Amino acid sequence: MKYSSQSVALPYFIAAIGLFVGQIIFGLAMGLQYVVGDFLFPEIPFNVARMVHTNLLIVWLLFGFMGATYFLIPEEAETELYSPKLALLMFWIFLIAGAATILGYLLVPYSTLAEMTGNNILATMGREFLEQPLLTKIGIVIVALAFLFNITMTMLKGRKTVISIVLLMGLWGLAIFFLFSFYNPGNLVKDKFYWWWVVHLWVEGVWELIMAAILAFVLIKVTGVDREVIEKWLYVIITLALVTGLIGTGHHYFWIGTPSYWQWLGSIFSALEPIPFFAMTVFAFNMVNRRRREHPNKAAVLWALGTGVMAFLGAGVWGFLHTLAPVNYYTHGSQITAAHGHMAFYGAYVLVVLTIISYAMPLLRGRAANSERSQVCEMWAFWLMTISMVFITLFLTAAGILQVWLQRVSDTPMPFMAVQDQIALFYWMRLWAGVVFAAGLVTYLASFFVKGDSKPLIHA
Amino acid sequence: MNTCVQTLVSPPPSLRAVPSDGPARRLPGDLAIWFFILAELLAFGAFFIAYAFARANNVELFNEQQLALDRNAGAINTILLLTSSYFVVRAVQAAEASQGRRAAMWIAGGIACGAGFIVVKLFEYAAKFEAGVSLSSSTFHMFYLVLTFFHFMHVILGLVILAALWNNARRGRYGPGSMNGIETGAAYWHMVDLVWLILFPLVYVMR
Repeated sequence: MKYSSQSVALPYFIAAIGLFVGQIIFGLAMGLQYVVGDFLFPEIPFNVARMVHTNLLIVWLLFGFMGATYFLIPEEAETELYSPKLALLMFWIFLIAGAATILGYLLVPYSTLAEMTGNNILATMGREFLEQPLLTKIGIVIVALAFLFNITMTMLKGRKTVISIVLLMGLWGLAIFFLFSFYNPGNLVKDKFYWWWVVHLWVEGVWELIMAAILAFVLIKVTGVDREVIEKWLYVIITLALVTGLIGTGHHYFWIGTPSYWQWLGSIFSALEPIPFFAMTVFAFNMVNRRRREHPNKAAVLWALGTGVMAFLGAGVWGFLHTLAPVNYYTHGSQITAAHGHMAFYGAYVLVVLTIISYAMPLLRGRAANSERSQVCEMWAFWLMTISMVFITLFLTAAGILQVWLQRVSDTPMPFMAVQDQIALFYWMRLWAGVVFAAGLVTYLASFFVKGDSKPLIHA
Repeated sequence: MNTCVQTLVSPPPSLRAVPSDGPARRLPGDLAIWFFILAELLAFGAFFIAYAFARANNVELFNEQQLALDRNAGAINTILLLTSSYFVVRAVQAAEASQGRRAAMWIAGGIACGAGFIVVKLFEYAAKFEAGVSLSSSTFHMFYLVLTFFHFMHVILGLVILAALWNNARRGRYGPGSMNGIETGAAYWHMVDLVWLILFPLVYVMR
């Protein structure tokens, strides 16, 4: 750690990991509810568990992005953070608001929560992934503005690098597009149209900039490859991401009441969306192969390479599977979507946050890298979680293909719930893969407590 | 079978040695721009394939509405882009000969032709919009507007790049040892030209 104010990243990373654990617990509960429908009913019905599972994911990734930014920006700008105090204050506000929101979901009926939090003043609740009460949404905007102010001020007084500029562009985009969560038109088509401006333009637009910047930062550090080379790649990747991803939004505009030209625009542009992810994979491997130093933190290198591969598979390949309009006509909203969602979020965003945590955490704890034993433990966690996620994806894909066939393609289509019974075997297998994932997560947690001789930090 | 495998593994003698005379082959411009150009060509390629499929399903409509397009405007624009590409080639040659101001003049000529393309296209669009052509008026119109507009945006980006090249050339920043910038920009501009050379016959002329 070169600048003492980088240490504000530590609580952000710890909170991110804590909420990640919560997300997986609810994921397991839901996985069981798929096959044992009344599990935990009426205390935690499926819809509530799902809301908690997805909302926790988003919140912990945001904690991860913010922690990554607080760690990365001072080092890139070569100056202390503008205000570490503001960063810590925002941490507590965000954590308390997040926890209160999740407790709200769990303890009171959703409609009561809506009444309690001013949804009658400005109705923004009830939409998938944007279920947060109005107060939480306003809180997110305040935290985001204070965060961006802090980061922008830090950058203005220090060195401006391509990595930090790309990261900042992504973060500003994230905040700006979130504002569409306050726009909730009565017309259902318009509602969906702009809803995707948050959901799609986050994960297939500005988040890709954040991801590419974090990955580039870690790769510079662990490979020692010239900044100039890495920056060139970064330019190419973000241009490709934006060219394909922005109009690629159109792949959500099939048959929802939008003009039919979206079928062409959405199909063509989103079919190209795997390209920036493929470029990221080539980038990561290329940089590691051309490395000019052997960094003692081997685990961080593994996470970085894993990000490249899994993001390409999950977001690129599994996205492409059902992105063309004629295919999506059949697969829309099936378990194929769930398969894509799981591997894409894990491969792109979970792994990139775990990459920066793996790189930064030892430094934040005062050493260049963790002990050999601790790193081995961490690598076990990587493989357990990654392989089980591959299986979760494959089982859901199999379930999805069968579901599409029985429900939508066959000569005698079956009703939704009857089909669900037919594909229960895959749900059971998915659940067991999920249990292995949870074991991987426990291993990951354990890696932070494994003792051994760690590499000391050498001050240049 | 064995000889087959052998030929696959070791190339025939004629291919084995790189001719030693003449300058070594090298990629003009930056490697990154070539990745970018390939991605761009892939994007346009995907559009052209989609156009072919859509046309095959509706040949009559495509032929009929194609006749209503302004082929004269398209032809003028083809000449403009080809001329500007020629000017850019001359600019690169001038830069290599350390003639910065001359290079800048050639680039300015290229920019003028590119700007001419924009003006002609805007008049063409205005006439089409007047005639009720829109993204929703027909599948052919959708392709016509999307393809030409996507290309139009590339012309604008290309002009921004040419303007940067012009500024650098004027200040004498290019020479035999520092050709990377001007070659990179020129490669992009030629790509814009190349795409139009496929787009124009495909959408305006071929039946």
